Amino acid sequence: MLERRAAMATLLANRRDDLFLVPGLGSTTWDAVAAGDDDRNFYLWGAMGGAVMIGLGLALAQPKLRVAVITGDGEMLMGMGSLATVGVQQPANLAIVVFDNGYYGETGMQASHTRGGVDLLEVARGCGIERILDVQDEAGLRELAGLIGTCDRTLFARVAIAADDPPRVLPIRDGVEIKDRVRRAVEAAG
Amino acid sequence: MNAAGYGFGRENSLTAPLKSEIGWPDRLFEVLKTSGIRQVGYVPDAGHARLIERCKADPDILDVVLTTEEEGIALAAGAWLGGQRAALLMQSSGVGNCINMLSLIRTCRFPMLMLVTMRGEWEEFNPWQVPMGSIVEPTLKLCDAHVSRVETPEKVADTVQAAVQLAFGDDRACAVLLSQKLIGAKVWVK
Ligand SMILES: Cc1ncc(C[n+]2csc(CCOP(=O)(O)OP(=O)(O)O)c2C)c(N)n1
Ligand SMILES: [Mg+2]
Repeated sequence: MLERRAAMATLLANRRDDLFLVPGLGSTTWDAVAAGDDDRNFYLWGAMGGAVMIGLGLALAQPKLRVAVITGDGEMLMGMGSLATVGVQQPANLAIVVFDNGYYGETGMQASHTRGGVDLLEVARGCGIERILDVQDEAGLRELAGLIGTCDRTLFARVAIAADDPPRVLPIRDGVEIKDRVRRAVEAAG
Repeated sequence: MNAAGYGFGRENSLTAPLKSEIGWPDRLFEVLKTSGIRQVGYVPDAGHARLIERCKADPDILDVVLTTEEEGIALAAGAWLGGQRAALLMQSSGVGNCINMLSLIRTCRFPMLMLVTMRGEWEEFNPWQVPMGSIVEPTLKLCDAHVSRVETPEKVADTVQAAVQLAFGDDRACAVLLSQKLIGAKVWVK
């Protein structure tokens, strides 16, 4: 089991200039800002179930940029259909990473479906996503960090995350500012 | 055209010849083209069949088939982050699936163009379409969307043009409701 803040920090440690991040609402957004605030992060405070689709829209619009969606198992479960939608589109520049702690952490650690036997890797595979990674340790995490920047196919990774609840680190809340920052960063990068 | 470059079996419009007569869906398509719409999300819908066919056949428009309409809201937000304009095609029942995701549009002031074919309001055979059909307009307004309605074919293009102007000029959600009169009663017994 990996610690969430350290895992996010490892994934973003050697971040390429062209890597844009869509973290899911709640914990993964806090993890992202804890790893360092960045104009290329589209922080989510809501829109549960929408992270993958936001990443898809961006990835399709900017095929030369890289897009990583890093979200929680609960958030991914609500938008599971979007994996089917991604499976049809197959954008080469999109990586979907689920921080799977088996719980709805943000709402008080209630068990999620992944603790009840649902396997998101099999779901992704069944949706036609070919590059699948099951990350259990540091070595796997470092492999994933590299692939996020270089993989030439849609990538789906499940990261086994320890069920802990580190102190909150909060990013800006103003949605217009969050959006405008990302748009400016896309213009600068593209 | 689909990013992965493949269609869906027999109804693949890349191989099927397009019908030649010019109707309101063709004029609507021209508005989308001249407005620079580059991504079109849709859940397959009989009323939008012709428009979907045109989008799929166009190399400059990415057609994104969705599993549920709310995916199209998040897709459009992502597209806009990447500098592209998107539209969402759906029938009236799909509006109900979008409600929470429209929070993303309002909070961040994303432009959001929705083209809604109406069911449940005129010569409707299926009573199951009536509950959602009858509340589409107030529901969208409660979600802070601007709503306009078209009853006749010759007004479709202008009304959609005005909605494009408002959505992308004022960074807000705009919906055009296409009356069931435009589409005609569905034939239930063939
Ligand atoms: C539509 C909707 N339903 C419920 C919630 C409440 N909620 C906020 S975060 C969350 C789940 C978070 O679980 P997960 O994605 O696994 O993140 P974790 O905190 O475990 O990393 C829920 C249910 C919400 N914000 N929106
Ligand atoms: Mg979780």
